[in-house]
Amino acid sequence: MKKIGLIVNPVAGIGGKVGLKGSDGIDTQRRARELGAVPESDRKAELALRKLHESLEDADSAEIYTWPGAMGGDIAKGFPFRTHVIGELGEGGTTASDTMDAAVALKAVGVDLILFAGGDGTARNILDAVGDGVPVLGIPAGCKIHSAVYAVNPRSAGELVASFVEGRVRDTRESEVMDIDEELFREDRVDAKLYGYLRVPNAGQKVQNLKSGRGYSESGSIEFLSRCVADSLEDDTLYIVGGGSTTKRIMGAVGLPDTLLGIDLFRNRKIVKNDAAERDILGALGEYPKAKIIVTVIGGQGYLFGRGNQQISAEVIKRVGRDNIIIAASKDKMNSLFGQPLYVDTGDDEVNASLTGYHKILVGYDDYVVFKVAC
Amino acid sequence: MAKTKVRKNFHQARWDEPIIYDLSTPGLRGIIPPEADAEISAAYSGVMSKLPAEVKRKSSIDLPEVDQKHVLQHWLHLSQETMGSNISNDISEGTCTMKYNPRVNETIIADPGFAELHPDQDPDTVQGMLEIFYKFENMLKEVSGMDYVSLQPGGGNHAVYTAASIVRAYHAARGEAEQRDTVITTIFSHPCDAAAPATAGYKIVTVYPDERGVPDIEAIRAAADEHTAAIFMTNPEDIGIYNPYADQIVDIIHGVGGLCFYDQANANAFLGVARAREAGFDMCHFNVHKTFGTPHGSSGPATGALCVRDYLAKYLPVPVTQFDGQKYWLDYDRPESLGKIREYLGVASVVLKAYAWTMMMGDEGLRECAEISVINNNYMQKLMAEIPKMDEAFKGNGIVRQEQIRYSFGKLTEKTGVGSDDANRRMLDYGIPWFWSSHHPWVIPEPMTLEPCETYTKEDIEEYVEVVKAVVGEALKDPDLVKNAPYNSAIHKRKNEQNLDDPKKWALTWKVFKKKFKVD
Repeated sequence: MKKIGLIVNPVAGIGGKVGLKGSDGIDTQRRARELGAVPESDRKAELALRKLHESLEDADSAEIYTWPGAMGGDIAKGFPFRTHVIGELGEGGTTASDTMDAAVALKAVGVDLILFAGGDGTARNILDAVGDGVPVLGIPAGCKIHSAVYAVNPRSAGELVASFVEGRVRDTRESEVMDIDEELFREDRVDAKLYGYLRVPNAGQKVQNLKSGRGYSESGSIEFLSRCVADSLEDDTLYIVGGGSTTKRIMGAVGLPDTLLGIDLFRNRKIVKNDAAERDILGALGEYPKAKIIVTVIGGQGYLFGRGNQQISAEVIKRVGRDNIIIAASKDKMNSLFGQPLYVDTGDDEVNASLTGYHKILVGYDDYVVFKVAC
Repeated sequence: MAKTKVRKNFHQARWDEPIIYDLSTPGLRGIIPPEADAEISAAYSGVMSKLPAEVKRKSSIDLPEVDQKHVLQHWLHLSQETMGSNISNDISEGTCTMKYNPRVNETIIADPGFAELHPDQDPDTVQGMLEIFYKFENMLKEVSGMDYVSLQPGGGNHAVYTAASIVRAYHAARGEAEQRDTVITTIFSHPCDAAAPATAGYKIVTVYPDERGVPDIEAIRAAADEHTAAIFMTNPEDIGIYNPYADQIVDIIHGVGGLCFYDQANANAFLGVARAREAGFDMCHFNVHKTFGTPHGSSGPATGALCVRDYLAKYLPVPVTQFDGQKYWLDYDRPESLGKIREYLGVASVVLKAYAWTMMMGDEGLRECAEISVINNNYMQKLMAEIPKMDEAFKGNGIVRQEQIRYSFGKLTEKTGVGSDDANRRMLDYGIPWFWSSHHPWVIPEPMTLEPCETYTKEDIEEYVEVVKAVVGEALKDPDLVKNAPYNSAIHKRKNEQNLDDPKKWALTWKVFKKKFKVD
């Protein structure tokens, strides 16, 4: 039997869909709630536990240790695992110190692995609290997923923990904890730092690779693909452009201002809305139903949707349609992903499934590669 | 039989040779012809005035002014600073099919009966050469199973570009040129299979392999649609793995109305064994200068033989060599032809040498060439597998390799930091020529592609492996020794590799160098 620690950061990812590009700090979380954001980390943790339960031959082979209420206790009690809720929540909303207190306490009771739902901020807190003293695995639930400690999606996290519990995966590997400065991020500047290493179960594709930093030698490839997109624009079509340095260059080729890590909308070469939230996009689609989405492949992870562009929600994708998605990435980026599929994690199984299969990725002027998309 | 010899004390000449322009002395001449007789001068002194103005230079040509002795000395020094093909262990040049080129064929093309022919001669006076073109075309028809052959293209890429032009002509004739704007290829096909159709105006869709290293047939199926003009694919691919789905891929592409071009530059694996026709392809090409025994690798001119099925023959470039039972003649009256793609018929010296080589080999010899190439490669693979940290593309996938293999120093790099370029420089210190790493992009980490063709002996292969083993051993013991190599070669370690990727720092000629960097 293995002891599994569970920490849910209830506010992780709350800023994503409303375009705040992060959830660090109480002020940001308050602002996100004012904009109508609903936390998603509890649902993702629940998905992971469900998959864990489905995957285990014997539910008694895992014992859950967790923190009260929204930090894990509420979710764990919905499953037939033997569950121990330890510690106490402070007054008011949860903060980083709650995550750190929980991690220290879970280590103290001797858990074999800490499963946490959160983003890079949560990973940093756990690193600060327990270092590499206990293996961890992240359920991707934050806005920022630059670290390499997360499973590909909540289901993969559940499967991987089951493999760990049943001894099919024994090795661990040191994986990077990275984070970016949210304040600079909101000013369109990426300042990614390596904060340290956590140990994660070593199971190949079930754990995300480190998201790579800014491109440099890829410049020519991106220049060509940008010109190709700019030369192929269709009239009276709403273009929903995802974040990233590649899409920024595309916007430059079109001659329009861009929000580096936000979503921009344009039509007939004129901006409809910069830095759009999900509701802005849905509103624009109401007015201009003929639309295309332009996204890039996110770093070493190979994500198309669900990482850093949550504003392009499942509903948005459903309304635009699979055939109207333009995926553009440099040749170097695609070669770095050789051997693995691209991923989507929109939070909607039906939409995820509709996006699977083979897609053409634009890597130059009239130059494409074919990659498989999985969810 | 040659003996294995690992040359630990190899030392190459290093002349620190200046660029020939730096040897120039104003006014110096290699040959000073005598003054013409007065009578001759009087008759021809005005000849320059008869030239049209547009062909006259406005300024004198900037040539180095060097006497004969120093020109000869300069080129001899340069030649001593190369590793030389045919005199070294050229297993290094994987994908290049570096086989021994029989010297006797050089004697044949030096014969005045051939060397003094001129391509502008009346066909009636060059019947022998036309016969060789015609008969060599027939040999390639037999080898490929195709119906017609053009020997005009001046190299493999040229043949592939010609094929792309035929694809366009074919679809244009069917009224589908605009609709069919895409060519599919695979990442381990030769880069020209993407580049040549792109140059011909096509969009390119590149398919990656599955986990076994074989092109993902489902990805090809997904990519093929009503916009597909053709697929251009190499087989065996450049990693040495034969694509067993070639005929199924042909069915997919034909099913959507596209054409299928088979890049057979790696034909050394299957001469006399498998043919493009039986796999269903519409066109294929051979690199005559590689597979058919004539020199290349900067030591000889090239010929790309383009082979097509009968329904595409009308698009072949003109002229086409014909035989009416009595004599050979050049057919220019082909209204749907692409026209001329270069001067005259092609590179006659390559065709003559290749004809001689093929006649010498015979049909059984061609098959034996393929069999020995594959056996050599598989023997080498077994030896290479014994070298610590040596890896290969898709190792252990259960597929027998063909005539070459893309090896990988990736594991060695992880352990020691010594990569492909480092190993390459160090191997020069053992007298082994620079090996071919990979076409770009480097999908396989720290690659090395080796091709032990049929003319290498068992000892040649063992010698090569011993050198790789020695260099890997050095890397594991003293990585800096390998990283700082070479020590005994004419070349040196480049200080700033990234400069090679920066067009702003390129100067392909001395004149450009002087102009670009304002050198006096």
